[in-house]
Amino acid sequence: MSTEMTYRQAICQGLTEALDEDPRAYLMGEDIGPYGGAFAVTQGFWEKYGPRRIKDSPLSESAFVGAGIGSAMAGLRPIVEIMTINFSLLAIDQIVNHAAKVRYMSGDQFSVPMIIRTVTGAGASVAATHSQSFEGWYASVPGLYVVVPSTPEDALGLFRSCRELMDPVMFVEHILLYGSRGQVSEGVKIPLGKADIKKEGSDVTIISYSKMVQNSLEAAAMLENDGINAEVVDLRTLRPLDVETIIKSVKKTHRAVVVEETTKFGGFAGEVVSIIQQEAFDYLDAPVERVAGEEVPIPYSMPLEKLAIPDTQRIVSAVKKLI
Amino acid sequence: MATTIVMPQMGYDMREGTVVKWYKNEGEQVDRGEIIADIQTDKATVEFEAYVGGVLGKIYAAEGVAIPVGETIAVITEPGEDVPVEENESVTSSVESSETLSTSEPDKDNADSSSIPGSENSTPVSSLSTEEHASPVEGVRASPLARRLAKERGIDLSTVNGSGPGGRIVEKDIDGYNGAPVVVASGINITQADAVTTEPLSSMRQAIARVTVGSKTTAPHFYVTSEIDMLKAVAFRQEINDVLTDGTRVSINDLIIKAAALALKKFPKFNAFFKDNTLEFHSSMNIGIAIALPSGLMVPGINNCELRTLSDIAKASSDLISRANEDNLTNEEYTATTFSISNLGMFDVESFSAIIFPPHAAVLAVGSVKDQPVVRNGELGISKIMKATLSVDHRVADGAEAAEFLVEIKSLLESPVLLVV
Repeated sequence: MSTEMTYRQAICQGLTEALDEDPRAYLMGEDIGPYGGAFAVTQGFWEKYGPRRIKDSPLSESAFVGAGIGSAMAGLRPIVEIMTINFSLLAIDQIVNHAAKVRYMSGDQFSVPMIIRTVTGAGASVAATHSQSFEGWYASVPGLYVVVPSTPEDALGLFRSCRELMDPVMFVEHILLYGSRGQVSEGVKIPLGKADIKKEGSDVTIISYSKMVQNSLEAAAMLENDGINAEVVDLRTLRPLDVETIIKSVKKTHRAVVVEETTKFGGFAGEVVSIIQQEAFDYLDAPVERVAGEEVPIPYSMPLEKLAIPDTQRIVSAVKKLI
Repeated sequence: MATTIVMPQMGYDMREGTVVKWYKNEGEQVDRGEIIADIQTDKATVEFEAYVGGVLGKIYAAEGVAIPVGETIAVITEPGEDVPVEENESVTSSVESSETLSTSEPDKDNADSSSIPGSENSTPVSSLSTEEHASPVEGVRASPLARRLAKERGIDLSTVNGSGPGGRIVEKDIDGYNGAPVVVASGINITQADAVTTEPLSSMRQAIARVTVGSKTTAPHFYVTSEIDMLKAVAFRQEINDVLTDGTRVSINDLIIKAAALALKKFPKFNAFFKDNTLEFHSSMNIGIAIALPSGLMVPGINNCELRTLSDIAKASSDLISRANEDNLTNEEYTATTFSISNLGMFDVESFSAIIFPPHAAVLAVGSVKDQPVVRNGELGISKIMKATLSVDHRVADGAEAAEFLVEIKSLLESPVLLVV
């Protein structure tokens, strides 16, 4: 049994389940109450669950993320919404130095079972300070989980697993995916650290996550017309990373293109490339390609923004360079 | 790889030399050992041989100019290879800075990143585009996968043409590889593609493969060879055939079969099968004879050779041979044997070693009967010599026993009347 729903509805369902099933769960964030959330994920929640469990926070990410950490240490199950990942920088000390470190620094006396939901990505013409993708940064922090779903099914399935963790999760949703639709299997639950082969192929492996999975699948369809059979691997979680699936696929296809939306230099894709060369060097028939954003602040101008972030055609070109 | 040719030290006190004549021009083929120049020293003019073959890529020493010992006078390169740039020459490499924006789409080239505020100097990598601008890679350019496959298959990558980007050797070049282009000393490249075809093995061929591998891997073989003087046996055979009136022709091989059967009676170990930790002895000497067929090899047997007369054996063996060629043998005829003989005498083979036909303990391999000088009673004479090699399963018998058994066969054949008494 499966139901078609949007990415937004899938996350909404995950939140509803958390609130219904776990009295310790509560939501906190900016404009999530009567306004229903900047991306309308929590519409109707305030009316249904009331202000005790749906907490509108002041515009201070450091304060409400810190409050979330404290309540998690005290036994609650906070689900904190940071409106976009751009604003998470205001709370990065709370996230990196506190949420991710409390278990370690307290000698396992405290843990932070908190889910931080936030929104990544460009393409909505909301200018340089609202269009960034920092999930790769968070993936470099031991103590954090970083989840980057690309479909409604993955979003709900991964969210359900996140609720069972005793450590903080950056649950990173993509700004352009909320309206995307997909079938969601009943009772779906997806473990963290398990990549998904979104399309099987034999000639090249395209590795990506979040919104870029959609672009990669479009690219794979275009490549099919040229007789190139691409495999598309969706990482689904950046930390932990499913190295096994990546390597197995590359060993099969002998070529890889790693796609990410943000700037190339120092990006997470570089980590994936490094792992591939380390683990599958003798299976590579071509250098590993990277498709990533340009080294610029994301422009406000729609045409320029399009040029600054990878698109389907660029993935196709990268694949063709290898074959 | 390019080889630098230097002014040689021709005499302990030679400091410099002069090329008085170059026999080759730049770009000409040079064979190893070929005289390429005359070099004059204080004492003499000496012919100078190339110590590597290739192409005379560049001449640095002009005729008539004295060059210190050890200085470069020329460079010999491989065909198609560029002459390496000398350090003291001005380097004019073509490394250009590439655009910061991706160039995968032409229209994107026009988007100048510097027009976006805040993007000046924002590229954190000094741009050194790959592929087009990279300096030539030394050696063979191949993907890691191609290198691994070439290593596994023993292919010399320098003989493979690369079809990948920038001429890189990739997997499919290795898969489609049909043998190395042969480089002839004259410098003419002859590329003779090796046409590979496959054909499935017949079931007989498969069986032979299975049985021989099984035998060689489980039965530790050792070999004992002896020369047998067949002068009397050949005459004896003639005598028998002269008196046989029913058209039966006794062959040399029939004599060997009979001799083997009698010897086996005396040395029953060689008529036994090794089974686990026991020896299974057989009272019947059922001797298999290896018969070559167009489709493979069969070893049908003649039962109770110890009881049969030579003419009986002759009839049985000619019958087996004709029916083997008609593919008309019964299963029992090639499963009940206890010893076997393989004879390549008709092929002018001196001797060979056979693989034991399981579960036998031994096999006798015999070569041609040849006129050979022999010493008999201190006198040189001519006799008819046949070499016989016994392959023995060492689990069953040791060298000394094998020698005794083989010498028994030899004695019987050298006194062939014993075959009929």
